[in-house]
Amino acid sequence: MRPEMTTELKVAKTEELVATHPENGSGAGDRPGSLPAALARGPEITVIEPPSGWLHWDLAEIVASRELLYFLVWRDIKVRYKQTVIGAGWAVIQPLMTMLVFTLFFGRLAKIPSGGLPYPIFFFCALLPWTYFANALTGATGSMVENQRLITKVYFPRVLLPMSSVISGLVDFAIAFVLLVGMAIYYRTIPGLEVLLVPVFLLLAMATAFGAGLWLAALNALYRDVRYVVPFLVQFWMFASPVAYPSSLVPERWRWVYGLNPMAGVIEGFRWAITGQNPPNAALLGVSSLAVLAILLGGMFYFRRIESTIADVV
Amino acid sequence: MSTAAISVAGLGKRYRVGERERYVALRDVLARSFTAPLRALRRRTAANGNGDAYIWALRDVSFDVREGETIGVIGRNGAGKSTLLKLLARITRPSEGRAQVCGRVGSLLEVGTGFHPELTGRENVFLSGAILGMKKKEIERKFDEIVAFSGVERFLDTPLKHYSSGMQLRLAFSVAAHLEPEVLLVDEVLAVGDMEFQKKCLGKMEEVTRGGRTVLFVSHNMGAVRRICGRGLWLDGGTLRLAGTANECVDAYSASVEQPDAARKGRIDLRTREDRGGSGHVLFTEMRLVADDGSERSCFEFNEPFTIVFDMEARQTVRSSFVGITVLSADGTSILGTHHCDSADVRDFRAGTTSRIRCRVEPNLLRPGRYALQIGILDYASWECHDWMYSAAEFDIEHGTGRFGRAPDARPAYVQPVFEWKWE
Repeated sequence: MRPEMTTELKVAKTEELVATHPENGSGAGDRPGSLPAALARGPEITVIEPPSGWLHWDLAEIVASRELLYFLVWRDIKVRYKQTVIGAGWAVIQPLMTMLVFTLFFGRLAKIPSGGLPYPIFFFCALLPWTYFANALTGATGSMVENQRLITKVYFPRVLLPMSSVISGLVDFAIAFVLLVGMAIYYRTIPGLEVLLVPVFLLLAMATAFGAGLWLAALNALYRDVRYVVPFLVQFWMFASPVAYPSSLVPERWRWVYGLNPMAGVIEGFRWAITGQNPPNAALLGVSSLAVLAILLGGMFYFRRIESTIADVV
Repeated sequence: MSTAAISVAGLGKRYRVGERERYVALRDVLARSFTAPLRALRRRTAANGNGDAYIWALRDVSFDVREGETIGVIGRNGAGKSTLLKLLARITRPSEGRAQVCGRVGSLLEVGTGFHPELTGRENVFLSGAILGMKKKEIERKFDEIVAFSGVERFLDTPLKHYSSGMQLRLAFSVAAHLEPEVLLVDEVLAVGDMEFQKKCLGKMEEVTRGGRTVLFVSHNMGAVRRICGRGLWLDGGTLRLAGTANECVDAYSASVEQPDAARKGRIDLRTREDRGGSGHVLFTEMRLVADDGSERSCFEFNEPFTIVFDMEARQTVRSSFVGITVLSADGTSILGTHHCDSADVRDFRAGTTSRIRCRVEPNLLRPGRYALQIGILDYASWECHDWMYSAAEFDIEHGTGRFGRAPDARPAYVQPVFEWKWE
């Protein structure tokens, strides 16, 4: 009897804890026709205090707000190609044209080595995660300022905004990915089992975009200068990443330093996963992963610091 | 049922003057370490500068609200009403003190939060609902009700940008009105829209408060506060002046309202006023209250006619629009309204032009007392507001002699026109 009772008690406690998280409480209890869920669950208590020195992420609150995240992503996607003639076609045309230009200048004229692969597919494998990253980063950076009206008029976990930019970029990625599959077939590039790692590298790209996006979004809310810096940053970052050239151009000794750029690891890894050739340097991959982690944790910390009073400054 | 739904203790919010809390970054840290010795000196002159001067938008405010109560929060502009609401809604965090809110909180600080012009009406209902804190299932369940209340059924699949501003407003309010939080925070959202719509909103508000929800209602409309709210909070300069019944608070506040000289003179510069709403396409620049002898005054006798002269400036070209005045009594009740198009033609305002219109106010009309003028420029067709001020100016009506020498202030009614009476 006794052990069972303790379990029950524990369950009750957890429920109470969940209920404590205000707003958007867990959706499970919200049956049609019932009282507002919170009444049935007992009151939620929201405590409002000055921001304290201790910074923690209220993960339960973010999980509880997943529906709002869904709507924000949905809005981003819906709005993106509104009132365009070609619509989502842009997700195909943009990378395609970039590929043609780079193939002509870097592949044909400059004769950049492409690790034994046809240059178009060599380049496109890298362009895909890169374009995703660049768009997600730019979107996340602007997310706070663009949603200024929301931030100053209603409460919700602010982090949902950069998060939704990072997630909604996946749609363009998916569309362009179909194009990549077509090209792989055309060039008869048959991937091996490495292809299963594509989601892993995509996840790394998302984490990098989210981490850096958190930094830039928070900074952008404080200093609008960031808006002018980001286009340059993205451009420089692209040339510091093995998009148009293989990382083997970087001397072996310095490869790990190169890996400090998380996108170097992502792109090399992605290219390898698709084509099955030129496996990435392990040191580079390791350093890149650590760099992602550092950027992500730093971004979360900084964003959290700014978040509580962002409505005053944005 | 007398548990505290909201309990606030020593709540305060500080902003840095001018910059608000802006430089929290490296630059601030650097600046501070260099200027530390100078700071004490600077504080003396802080009033004029970008030094370390802070203002408290709200300070040391404590009160309790019981479950199911409706509290009206009143006070002049800048008294800290909106700051209080923002803190309770967790939009920003306090600088000191503590507050505790019991139950799901819904905040309504503007109408149409989260609306996106490119999305259709249907999509916006879901988006706005989710942003205001509703679950998807909840929105689906109430969807038909929301649409019916808004009266825009036919345009549900039209992008919002093709809606008239009135339609947007109705849809937005309708979403907000179907929020079902235990604690609702409302900020003056009723100050927009035409009278018809305002009435509908007020009706809905009364319905909401009868539903046993706890409501905190910030308003300049003293009549509405009296009608809807049981209790009141009067904020002044960021501190709590009075907490009591709604009537007590409104009375005390109305009695205290000594408008700054600027608004009590006969010539009022409206260029720099910030307590205004609307699109800003056409703006009031000045208004004058002129007696028949040409003097500009803010005080007229009961039996003395006067003229209100408005100067306007168009920033953008707008189609036919009209100027409207509502005369408000000291407690915020609308006494009478008049539109220029009642007797003059409606005109377009062309960008860059200025225009002047005058309105002659009949004598023997208003009972002696203090009145405020609510003024607006609105689009003739859509009633979209270009410029609007709740209390642009105040004026006094004094006893005078009246037609038959009877003291008009002894009578109960506000409006006392001289009608034609005849013995048979």
